[in-house]
Amino acid sequence: MSPDTPHLDPIFGRLTLDAIPFQEPILLGTFAVVVLLGIVVVGVVAYFNAWGYLWREWITSVDHKKIGIMYIILAIVMLVRGLADAVMMRLQQAMAFNGADGYLPAHHYDQIFTAHGTIMIFFVATPLIVGVMNFVVPLQIGARDVAFPFLNNIGFWLTTMAAMLVNLSLFVGEFSQAGWVGEPPLSGLADLPGVGVDYYLWALQISGVATIIGGINLLATIMRMRAPGMTFMRMSIFTWSSLCVNALIVLSFPFLTIAVSLLTLDRLIGTHFFTLDAGGNPMAYVNLVWVWGHPEVYILVLPALGLYSEFVATFCSKRLFGYNSMVVALVSICVIGFIVWVHHFFTMGSGASVNAFFGIATACVAIPTGVKVYNWLFTMYRGRIRFEVPMMWTISFMFVFLLGGLTGVLNSIPAADYVLHNGMMVVAHFHNVAIGAITFAMLAAIDYWFPKAFGFRLEPFWGKVAVWSWTIGFFVAWMPIYVAGFVGVTRRTRVFDDPSLQPLYIIAAIGTAIILVGVVAFLIQIYVSIVNRKALRDVTGDPWGGRTLEWSIASPAPDYNFAFTPVVHDVDAWADMKARGYKRPTEGFKAIHMPKNTATGIIASILVFIFAFAVIWYMWWVAAISFLLLLGVLIGHTFIYDRSFHIPEDVVTRTENERTRLLAQQG
Amino acid sequence: MASTAHTEVKGDNFHVTEEPHHEGHSTVIGFWIFLMQDMLLFCGLFAIFAWLGGHYANGPAPLDDGTGQPLFHLTPVAINTVIMMVSAFTCSMGMVNIRKENVGAALRFFGITALLGLGFLFMQYREAVNMAAVGATIQTSAFLASFFVIIFTHCLHVIAGLVWFVVLAVQINLHGLDDANERRAVCFSMFWNFLDITWVIVFVFVYLMGVLK
Repeated sequence: MSPDTPHLDPIFGRLTLDAIPFQEPILLGTFAVVVLLGIVVVGVVAYFNAWGYLWREWITSVDHKKIGIMYIILAIVMLVRGLADAVMMRLQQAMAFNGADGYLPAHHYDQIFTAHGTIMIFFVATPLIVGVMNFVVPLQIGARDVAFPFLNNIGFWLTTMAAMLVNLSLFVGEFSQAGWVGEPPLSGLADLPGVGVDYYLWALQISGVATIIGGINLLATIMRMRAPGMTFMRMSIFTWSSLCVNALIVLSFPFLTIAVSLLTLDRLIGTHFFTLDAGGNPMAYVNLVWVWGHPEVYILVLPALGLYSEFVATFCSKRLFGYNSMVVALVSICVIGFIVWVHHFFTMGSGASVNAFFGIATACVAIPTGVKVYNWLFTMYRGRIRFEVPMMWTISFMFVFLLGGLTGVLNSIPAADYVLHNGMMVVAHFHNVAIGAITFAMLAAIDYWFPKAFGFRLEPFWGKVAVWSWTIGFFVAWMPIYVAGFVGVTRRTRVFDDPSLQPLYIIAAIGTAIILVGVVAFLIQIYVSIVNRKALRDVTGDPWGGRTLEWSIASPAPDYNFAFTPVVHDVDAWADMKARGYKRPTEGFKAIHMPKNTATGIIASILVFIFAFAVIWYMWWVAAISFLLLLGVLIGHTFIYDRSFHIPEDVVTRTENERTRLLAQQG
Repeated sequence: MASTAHTEVKGDNFHVTEEPHHEGHSTVIGFWIFLMQDMLLFCGLFAIFAWLGGHYANGPAPLDDGTGQPLFHLTPVAINTVIMMVSAFTCSMGMVNIRKENVGAALRFFGITALLGLGFLFMQYREAVNMAAVGATIQTSAFLASFFVIIFTHCLHVIAGLVWFVVLAVQINLHGLDDANERRAVCFSMFWNFLDITWVIVFVFVYLMGVLK
């Protein structure tokens, strides 16, 4: 089909044994480790004979809490992969001076920086955020599930399959070398004819569709399933930020779908959207991708800002300062987020007036963001601050994020951007925000809601080690990169000519090692907590003195969330209930109507995976068969009418009586 | 109403005693949101056409296919637009009959809608074949790429609508017009009307304004 591969095997397409990188020792080593880990996991599951449990309780589950947890596990696994890429880049850049070539060949290095960005955005940050929203939002609005439980399940499995596609590219073929937004003409067929860009495009396409599905789902959930009395202005700030974020997802992801689809068409059937000949224009892609890409930045950061609002209010035992202004700030960031995309390429040369408009709009984002920072500070002012791990993340965030926000304003000036564009200053800025706002928030969120998910708290010592290592490591790793940016170093450089830069890169590598300590501390924290889970047991269901509805129920949350749907009278519903002497009902429970599990999600997602793999390798017959099967499975699913069941009254009563007993023991 | 978020809540009651029934209560709004994002997909394609639609690359242009004849023949396209609008009307008639629980008439109207959809696809197929005959294919130039991708995307939606009609007809025959099937019929009719609106925009924005370029 493709013009430059005339001799296609009818069965395997362009897939040959050469696609497996035997000549790359690093990749072979990684492959061996992955296979070993895979064998260990399968062995453990087989040893405990947990296949049925996994299938019934997790893989086919439509429970929003379990799907949320699975999203977070996926994100943590991919975080390890993305971090390995980061460490490799930092080592390469610290070594490649004074004529040394480093240890990574260009072909491999280019794939690593592309994979690092793609993985961190699409398969770490996005699943973390979707996972936390999935877990928390229905609990905070007093619902028992999301609006479309099946779509929730299929969305998760599609995301996972897209991530697997990226991982598979390590061992079969190659990954894209065109950077994480894959801008043409470099990502076109003329420059990169291999399968790398195709892997990238299909991974993005699938995860993009999954994200849209999830966005529609949570929007409908928040609009239609709030508990009685919970008006829009009584929702928690995290629910508000989720509402804004999912609106942004639905409004922006279609443009990613278009950008990716049209580039796929360019590569697959030889159209001329973004080529340099026959009237194509690569800047059309760049615009499309950033029309999605800038709102995506806010999709990632707004939930984080919502989370910090929760932590500040809880750990200062105070109502959040300026609730209304917080909501207005969130919504304005949403709106402004759509009119700033050109700041990613001021150098396109749209002219002074266009650049000035987008520059000023960008700088304006600082205003609502500033409002939020002041609201957090005023909440802390005269609050009784408890230095639990999530609060420590929050305070660390305020320092790091302030710096990241200010350098963002520097970048928004078009004249400065002509110097800084494509340089390390930009890289330092967005890592500053991505680490300081998003990663910190997500690690704090895992700490905060862990008891609600598993029934025991995380051991605080290792959590504090993680906070300090990430914070110190961040400054050590990224301050030298700011300096490199100011002296004009370009990004994605593999070898350096100027030896005076080497100290900067060595310091940055040391900083990365400190961050690595933080990640290891986080993993140790989870391990230690699982071992000590009896001592860390959360009996009350409200370990932090929480203010929102999820803390009114048991830890771990029962399948049905709320035995009775709560009625809301105030912004901090649970704090209000506690203040007014709420008595938990101990009798009169009823059967609860819940959605049934389904296997369609995973089956359809595996078919999508096979389809994408077949198209990437031009195995047309496989693609055709898997596509037809996929259609059959999805249409077949619509013939299942019996989609719900009742949790019987005695099961609810038994579960709630157990909680009554535990609470009574507690005294 | 399933969602009772807006009901006035007074006093010290902290939980409800009668649980609302949730199944299917969000389907229509969810499908609305889906259609809105689908509309944005078309908006993006229109934006690309607005940008690249004039890049003929010395190849066929709307008013000159290379032989001096126009590439865009507006009469068949206008006929197709009428077909699409009539089909939206018959689809709505089907919906009226669904509301009256008049299943036979509803399916007949939906059937006519589907037949009109088939006719629409046939006309679009003929147009594409005629264009290919003068060497105007999706690979020829940026103008034709951005043109065909809009047409093909719309046709894919119509094909999806036809498949949906067949599935829905089978399901209504199997289960009658229960709540689930009625919701599906509502969504189907929303989808078809969305296709009609989109096509009118395609007609004006792509064909008429393409000729004016």
